Amino acid sequence: MDSSDVKVLGAWPSPFVMRPRIALNIKSVTYEFLQEGLGSKSELLLQSNPVHKKIPVLIHAQKPICESLIIVQYIDEVWSSGPTLLPSDPYDRAVARFWAAYVDDKWFPCLRGIAKAQGKETREEAIEQVKEGLVLLEGAFEKCSKGKGYFGGEKIGYLDIAVGSFLGWIRATEKMNGVKLLDEAKTPGLVGWAERFCANSAVKEVMPETEKLAEFAKILQAKFKAPPPN
Amino acid sequence: MEEVKLFGAWPSPFSYRVIWALKLKGIPYEYVEEDLSNKSALLLQYNPVHKKIPVLVHGGKPIAESLVILQYIDETWPQNPLLPKDAFERSKARFWAKFAEDKGSTIWAIFRTGGEEQEKAMKESLEMLKTIEEHALGGKKFFGGDTTGLADLTFGGIALWLGVIEDIVGVKLVEPHTFPRLCAWIENFKEIPVIKQNLPDREKLFVYLKHRREILLASP
Repeated sequence: MDSSDVKVLGAWPSPFVMRPRIALNIKSVTYEFLQEGLGSKSELLLQSNPVHKKIPVLIHAQKPICESLIIVQYIDEVWSSGPTLLPSDPYDRAVARFWAAYVDDKWFPCLRGIAKAQGKETREEAIEQVKEGLVLLEGAFEKCSKGKGYFGGEKIGYLDIAVGSFLGWIRATEKMNGVKLLDEAKTPGLVGWAERFCANSAVKEVMPETEKLAEFAKILQAKFKAPPPN
Repeated sequence: MEEVKLFGAWPSPFSYRVIWALKLKGIPYEYVEEDLSNKSALLLQYNPVHKKIPVLVHGGKPIAESLVILQYIDETWPQNPLLPKDAFERSKARFWAKFAEDKGSTIWAIFRTGGEEQEKAMKESLEMLKTIEEHALGGKKFFGGDTTGLADLTFGGIALWLGVIEDIVGVKLVEPHTFPRLCAWIENFKEIPVIKQNLPDREKLFVYLKHRREILLASP
């Protein structure tokens, strides 16, 4: 299958965009990565995702699929001969979906809250919330991994992809704020998992470097703080 | 078959999503009504992260979050499937179910607020409903095609709760001339026997929600 059949519309800094890319890598599917510029949306994006106008979008044989975790499930179902991403047991699948929803709906807004915080107190509150969430995820890791190296057990799965895609931003946030979010004392399992995840061949090439993300974050902040043009 | 229990609350559309799924598939279950102002120790034990209903307990193992529960039910009991077989069609069904989940809160925001905040919530709700009207239904009878599916159950709140909120607040968001497809869907959805026989009493819901709104608006 030639790579033009599979396209991912996205941008390198986005954790959501990383998800389908990791999934495609695990399945050994070649794809074309079409990057959107900051602040502009291509015609292709607007056509492919008219409802949300957001990245990532997977375009497979000209059909668009939107929403990062829905895309990951699609990839798992279509390229079924490759390593499976979702657990095979329905209860384990429910647990994986539960924690992926938690990460997106409850935890990530707290992480974003650190950058958005206007004062020292609000920032520290946000940092505490992120840390508390990570302690919950440590518990989830212990249960899901069943003694193995990943949320998915022996190999990277759906929940690893869902949580792991935020590691770049976690590290950038730690660097920019001089805090430790993932620490050996409170979240030892996650610390070990994070190393393993980032070193994995399916992840390495798409995980942005902490330095680059921190620089990008500064550009973003400047953009939002700059006075609007007349 | 292992025992199935559902912890729910009669005023909640999220609770009903699960009831509909279980009934559509003919799965026997025990229903436990939770008093949301006084949550049981068992509920808090089964859903420590969110402390919310619905929670499905199957063979002693709890599952929380209605969309997660619906997919679990569909995968465990495959009769009368909630999702189509084709992967692309499945991704669209999941897309709209997620849309309903994420955007449905704007309608509840109309219910919970007044003044400027409410104006904003009404505007957002209308945009959301317009998107459903224009993009989600197409020419189909249900979001799931000829039969109801995951997305229909997730939009189920529109079939009854929206109308009750409109009456309490004194607005009309959905009318046949502005939302012909959505109005047709509401009628068709409520005609399905499982849905028709499993809806809260409208009067009772009206009284309950009206009272809740009074309390919400009175609190500082």
